[in-house]
Amino acid sequence: MTSVIGSRLLRREDAPILTGSARYVDDLPVAGALHAKIVRSPYAHGRIRSIDTSTAAAMPGVVAVFTGEDLAGDFAAPLPCAWPVTPDMVNPPHWPLARGEACFAGDGVAVVVATSREVARDASESVVVDYEELPAVLDIEDAAADRVLAHADLSGNRSYTWELTPDPAAVDAAFAGATHVVRERYVQQRLIPMAMEPRGVCVVPEPYGGDFTVYSSTQIPHILKIMLAVVSGVAEHQLRVVAPSVGGGFGSKLNVYAEEALCLALARRLGRVVRWNEDRSENALATTHGRGMIQDIELAADADGRIAAVRVHLLADMGAYLQLVTPGVPLLGSFLYTGVYDVPVMSFTCIGVFTNRTPTDAYRGAGRPEATFAIERAIESLARQVGVDSAEIRRRNFIPFEKFPYASAGSLVFDSGDYGPALDEAMRLAGYSDLRAEQARRRDTGSTRPLGIGFSSYVEMCGLAPSRALGSLNFGSGGWEHATIRVLPTGKVEVVTGTSPHGQGHETSWAMIVADRLGVPVEDVSVLHSDTAISHLGLDTYGSRSLAVGGSAVYAACEKVIAKARAIAAHQMEVAEEDLEFVDGEFRVRGTPASTMALQAIAFNAFLAHDLPEGVEPNLTADASYDPTNFTFPFGVHIAVVEVDEETGRVELVRYVAVDDCGQQVNPLIVEGQVHGGIVQGAAQALWEEATYDEQGQLRTSTLTDYLVPSAAEVPSLELAHTVTPSPSNAMGVKGVGEAGTIAAAPAVINAIVDALAPLGVTDIEMPASPERVWQTIRAARTGTGASAPTASSTGGAGAA
Amino acid sequence: MRVAMTVNGSAHDHDVEPRTLLVQYLRESCGLTGTKIGCDTSSCGACTVLLDGESVKSCTMFAAQADGASVTTIEGLAHDGELHPVQQAFHENHGLQCGFCTAGMVMAAVSFLDENPNPTERDVRLGLEGNLCRCTGYHNIVKAVLAAAGHDMGIRDKAPSGAASGGAAT
Repeated sequence: MTSVIGSRLLRREDAPILTGSARYVDDLPVAGALHAKIVRSPYAHGRIRSIDTSTAAAMPGVVAVFTGEDLAGDFAAPLPCAWPVTPDMVNPPHWPLARGEACFAGDGVAVVVATSREVARDASESVVVDYEELPAVLDIEDAAADRVLAHADLSGNRSYTWELTPDPAAVDAAFAGATHVVRERYVQQRLIPMAMEPRGVCVVPEPYGGDFTVYSSTQIPHILKIMLAVVSGVAEHQLRVVAPSVGGGFGSKLNVYAEEALCLALARRLGRVVRWNEDRSENALATTHGRGMIQDIELAADADGRIAAVRVHLLADMGAYLQLVTPGVPLLGSFLYTGVYDVPVMSFTCIGVFTNRTPTDAYRGAGRPEATFAIERAIESLARQVGVDSAEIRRRNFIPFEKFPYASAGSLVFDSGDYGPALDEAMRLAGYSDLRAEQARRRDTGSTRPLGIGFSSYVEMCGLAPSRALGSLNFGSGGWEHATIRVLPTGKVEVVTGTSPHGQGHETSWAMIVADRLGVPVEDVSVLHSDTAISHLGLDTYGSRSLAVGGSAVYAACEKVIAKARAIAAHQMEVAEEDLEFVDGEFRVRGTPASTMALQAIAFNAFLAHDLPEGVEPNLTADASYDPTNFTFPFGVHIAVVEVDEETGRVELVRYVAVDDCGQQVNPLIVEGQVHGGIVQGAAQALWEEATYDEQGQLRTSTLTDYLVPSAAEVPSLELAHTVTPSPSNAMGVKGVGEAGTIAAAPAVINAIVDALAPLGVTDIEMPASPERVWQTIRAARTGTGASAPTASSTGGAGAA
Repeated sequence: MRVAMTVNGSAHDHDVEPRTLLVQYLRESCGLTGTKIGCDTSSCGACTVLLDGESVKSCTMFAAQADGASVTTIEGLAHDGELHPVQQAFHENHGLQCGFCTAGMVMAAVSFLDENPNPTERDVRLGLEGNLCRCTGYHNIVKAVLAAAGHDMGIRDKAPSGAASGGAAT
């Protein structure tokens, strides 16, 4: 039988979506629901003197209006931060509605509950809040200086200082002995994830007994259930959390949000169904942002450009509060500032500071795109100093194939990698020498549309994560994943997974894994997920973990099913277990091929339980909790080709070549889809997207007319290829791929722009490389007023076009 | 006020507030939740439907403005259990992931192909400019629309001369 693994099987998820029958939270028909509308602070920082709810409360259709103080008794704990990265980390209490002080524009201060969405909205405008406006801190460096405090009662804005420096003396020695030293500063602008589905919550009180069902557009139903129990005080076993169809997450739905806790508290208090759905502009304000860092990176290298050490200092913007994993995001990148290079020693320090802006948290890649950007930009500076080509400087420094598994300077073990072939393939696909020839031709003819070629060679750590490793990072959870397989009496198979897909196609891929292992038709396998009443155990979907950890759990459960079936088959066929081989869904007696028993028949016999071996329980089912032994380390090389219009500053991304290696691929169709989307999200950081604020701390990019998510017209077709270097860490040899494109793309695009403008002496440009910023960079270079880009104020960049 | 229209071939007649948008009418009065609301500035296109055969963003007009009109939503595209060729092409080309933009994207593509049955890749990209997707990077959406129009993805109308055009090698 040909294995279904590796085939481009079309997704079973598609039909309900394509016919409009898939239901997202806002689509759920729930009779008698009340609608909540949050009143949000218009000030970046303000003391709440008083809130007058009387006018709103008297409006027809309004059921109740509550302030933060009104609900003080409704919460057992503030909203959680599950990653106390240091013992002394400062974590100001974050209540679902602010009490006394609002700390960012968008902080919830009151809630209106009404019989319709429209009435709730109208009434929310009649809630009168008297604020004393307080000074706000909006700039990361300003925050670090403690000139203005983000929270009035904190003694400083620093949340934590975290260090990863296994051998400080060795780092100092490497810099002292270096021929070349590169020192660069990069700004990772704030981004807004902008999943196409805004968030929604609907909490249904069960008719008796005090149970609640929470429907939420979340990536993490299992984690949310635990955390809502902690925050609300509702006992965990009385909560059921369901993530119905979820319209994208990208990390922004990997959280425990105020509105989830609030709707639960309101449903409990009022004994009614309470639902809430955010507007897009509310999504931009109240859903977590990503990135937001200043990176200082130094490389020490020898005369040939071989890197001897990397030193990194980060200043990271937490925003106003610590959300679920806010402080840990920069740390996830810490291990990757040496990139794909064989660097003996490194040092990393991160200071996390509070500002009066929307909290930051995980956004596709979470720390790893930032790290990759810094090393992939800095190595270009090194190439320039040494006087070698971008490809050559990388090749000289690649971790050689023979060194895998590779003990990195950041104390990780990279599982497998073979970086040279990925570079070769990317250059071949791009037609590298032809591109350089075309670039030279344009330069020689004085073209005003120079061509630029940018490389990015990346490695990432994903598949979060070995529980022990998370423990050493003080992360408040394990990293295992759970799966259940039930071979039903009729021979069909149900798989229950702890992962929670929201676009990634787990139903299709997990069915392929099971069909392959159990030798059953893929159509005979159904995959259940995202409802804690169905999937009892799980740690959900984020950090490119679902296949490497969740898929491996499915695989492990299959192995247990096969082992149990083998015992039953041996007993019933009256042979020794060792004499049975499992091939194409049936047990065969070695040497007697005619003597077989199919898995489906064994399942039925296990259900009947008339004749089972001693000690074997009825039913052909198995559970597996799989804890990975290592992260997985996918890698690849991307090449971006841009044209810069020197007269307008407009950058056109004309080609994009990506060679990715995520180990064994289960479904290449899905892998490519993940890479496509990731690349465009990463390129969008480089070219278009930035959350900008005015001087008062108002978000200027709160709609999709101001925050420039690219359309199809802005991007080219993407040229993909792959290499396959299996991971030795799991049975299927798989690695993650959900974040790879985003991790690789931004530095490839910026390197291409800088390459295009290199003859003018341009060596850097800040993100996003908007037409205005590119045009000013060109003008500054031509008039000799400094070759690098104008520095954006860190409260906002040069507005994108 | 009463607003009546034909939606997916069925007559609808509902009493609504004058400020009700067409998208709210479809979702809340008709119960057709396949049409999505992804923004509040008519930017994302998730709410795209066909109004008398032409694509409109159903958040840009009041329900009252569609009084007497014929509307087709994503629920009305497949017939007798057979997907519309554009739906089928999205499926075969993996042109959807989370699916939230899909209804609007498919409706926009149906209307676009109706007006431009023989498009280039560039035409498709410009034609779908009003619909945003965060998952697919548009690659497979464009591929699906070209496939629905009887094209494959071999067309590149914009590669720098001298540059080898690799195409999808996987």
